[in-house]
Amino acid sequence: MRELFPLLLQGTLVTIGIAVCSTLLAIAMAFAATAARLAPWAPLRWIGNVYVEVFRGTSLLVQLFWFFFVLPLPPFHLELAPFTVAIVGLGLHYGAYGSEILRGALRSVPGGQFEAALALNLSPLTRMRRIILPQAMINALPPATNLMIELLKGTSLVSLITLSDLTFRARQLDEATFKTAQIFTLTLVIYFVLAQILVALMRYFERRASHGMSQRTVR
Amino acid sequence: MKTDTETSTPLQPDAPVMEKEMNRDPADVLSTAAGCEAEAPMVRFAGVTKCYGALTVLDRLDLEIARNEKVAIIGPSGSGKSTLLRVLMTLDPLTGGTIEVDGEPLTHMRKNGELVPASVRHLRRVRSKIGMVFQSFNLFPHMTALANTIEAPMRVHDLSRKEATDRARELLSLVGLEDKCDHYPSQLSGGQQQRVAIARALAMRPKVMLFDEVTSALDPELCGEVLNVIRRLGSEHNLTMLMVTHQMGFAREFADRVCFFSEGKILEQGTPQEFFAAPQHQRTQQFLRAVREAI
Amino acid sequence: MNSFFDLHYAAHILPALLRASLYTVLITMVGFAIALVLGLVLAILRRSHLKPLSRGVGFVVEFIRSTPLLIQVYVLFYVLPVYGITMSALTAGTVGIALHYACYTSEVYRAGLNGVARGQWEAACALSLSPWRTYSGVILPQAIRAVIPALGNYLVAMFKDTPVLSAITVVELMQQAKNIGSETFRYLEPITMAGLFFLLISVTFAQLVRRLEFRLRLP
Repeated sequence: MRELFPLLLQGTLVTIGIAVCSTLLAIAMAFAATAARLAPWAPLRWIGNVYVEVFRGTSLLVQLFWFFFVLPLPPFHLELAPFTVAIVGLGLHYGAYGSEILRGALRSVPGGQFEAALALNLSPLTRMRRIILPQAMINALPPATNLMIELLKGTSLVSLITLSDLTFRARQLDEATFKTAQIFTLTLVIYFVLAQILVALMRYFERRASHGMSQRTVR
Repeated sequence: MKTDTETSTPLQPDAPVMEKEMNRDPADVLSTAAGCEAEAPMVRFAGVTKCYGALTVLDRLDLEIARNEKVAIIGPSGSGKSTLLRVLMTLDPLTGGTIEVDGEPLTHMRKNGELVPASVRHLRRVRSKIGMVFQSFNLFPHMTALANTIEAPMRVHDLSRKEATDRARELLSLVGLEDKCDHYPSQLSGGQQQRVAIARALAMRPKVMLFDEVTSALDPELCGEVLNVIRRLGSEHNLTMLMVTHQMGFAREFADRVCFFSEGKILEQGTPQEFFAAPQHQRTQQFLRAVREAI
Repeated sequence: MNSFFDLHYAAHILPALLRASLYTVLITMVGFAIALVLGLVLAILRRSHLKPLSRGVGFVVEFIRSTPLLIQVYVLFYVLPVYGITMSALTAGTVGIALHYACYTSEVYRAGLNGVARGQWEAACALSLSPWRTYSGVILPQAIRAVIPALGNYLVAMFKDTPVLSAITVVELMQQAKNIGSETFRYLEPITMAGLFFLLISVTFAQLVRRLEFRLRLP
């Protein structure tokens, strides 16, 4: 068991790194796509909707393979490092889901809040920034937590495009030592622990953000 | 809201507020800049029509509300009462007709002598003269009572935090909640929340205050505290008030004029004495009878 | 060779892709049928009054939901043979994906069961209905109506997760696309077509689910 740890730990760090970077991209894409879909300009709305439909409607692995196998070849000739492919693939995929969550969260803010802000003559930008968005973010946290766990699980697929994440190291060790049961059990436990840490983190953010408001449960 | 120079012109023959205007305190927390015409009505609805698809909710309505007048609007559900307040507050667009506030058109503006649809800036400027209190309070749940009240003055009127906070504290003590400044709405009762909502609306120094069934969502025992605040506001300060209400007793005792709405039109209006004692229309009589039976 | 998307080539490989897609659809259908039934069983077990049972089932469900499908199918395919249980890749893949999604559907059922008003249970008790009749006649018809959209979403999600099984050599659509691509070094057409296929099926399924929800609606 001892010899397994260092290599698995390396893989875990890579997994965490990929998860963090792609989460940042996913958040950025979610906001960008939602802003586009709510824009007054029709072509922009169309672009946002197409992005979300395509990346939600196709398989994550297909998207990763597309970026990994198809882009380097003609006619694109774009060779991306596996790490970049992972970040871009995961970020775009989960950003599309994130946009749906954000849209739902914005819609969940009671209409009365818009009206009260209008009656107080707050500008639309101030209204969004100070009144609507803070409340929407609180509502978005529970589904966002679930999405982040999906992202964490999704990182395991990058092992299939040669990235040395936790799953890749597990397979490597399995082929080298044949301690199959131990390795995969340990791997499952590590993913489980990472997921629990994530949930605890999100619960902390939720508590802080909804300080003073009525509590909602995460997951 | 008024300076001492304007007390000479009578508003209405039986307006009870004449005396109080002479004793205006210049440091009144609700005073706005002077400069209103004493003769023009504060709010004028002319031919106002509002349709939702095939449904006509307001039907070529004409109504004038004088400066500092307190008008109670009563009537059955669906008669268009709340819609009247909503189009005045520009929450819903008009289908037809015009509204004037303090002599200026609301949804249009005068450009080169013509009426054109209002620019955003014009709309915001005229709208700033109106404040509204809602049936469901609509306080911002992620802010304390104080934060709710200083938000708009800071963002829209560019007050410094200190100035806004001072004004907010005065208003919150006006409504009797000075010790609840740092409480969140979820920690306040319905009556307290509604009073904070009143303070929040007053913080913008409106000339017209709209009350949309503000006690309908409250427990009966909590209505009293809110109505008392409104009563005090009416008697101690100069505000034009438009109230949609089911509280007949309050309307009778407090309002200068009562309007009965039915199917998008004003069927009957008059002073409370005339109105409640001897309603003219059959529909009005029917409504008042049903209301009395319910008590 | 110079064209952007060789339609000729695409038409040439279409039959092979379609055959592989049949496997994908088959796996999804069988897997989802299992997940629907197993998920309901798990949900009911979790509501049991026996604390150890409900806690135990709860933990297992959480564990499977929080860990990657990829590792789970590795366990089924590579670890179980060590203990004497061998399965074909197809069986291991189908069982793995069914088990994984049964944990999701169990959460959906739980939400649905919790959403049925308490008064319904009390009325059934007052009418002396047996537990079986209570569930089948009163509770489940209401609970399931409410959760059909969520279940439909998981059907689509499972469908899009089938490419993960390519990692244990199941020759479903994605694997077939990769094989074709590696033979001819033209990846653009096969992988794009696979992606389009997933997109088409996802959108169609989503429409069907919406129609089903509409038809089962209470007046």
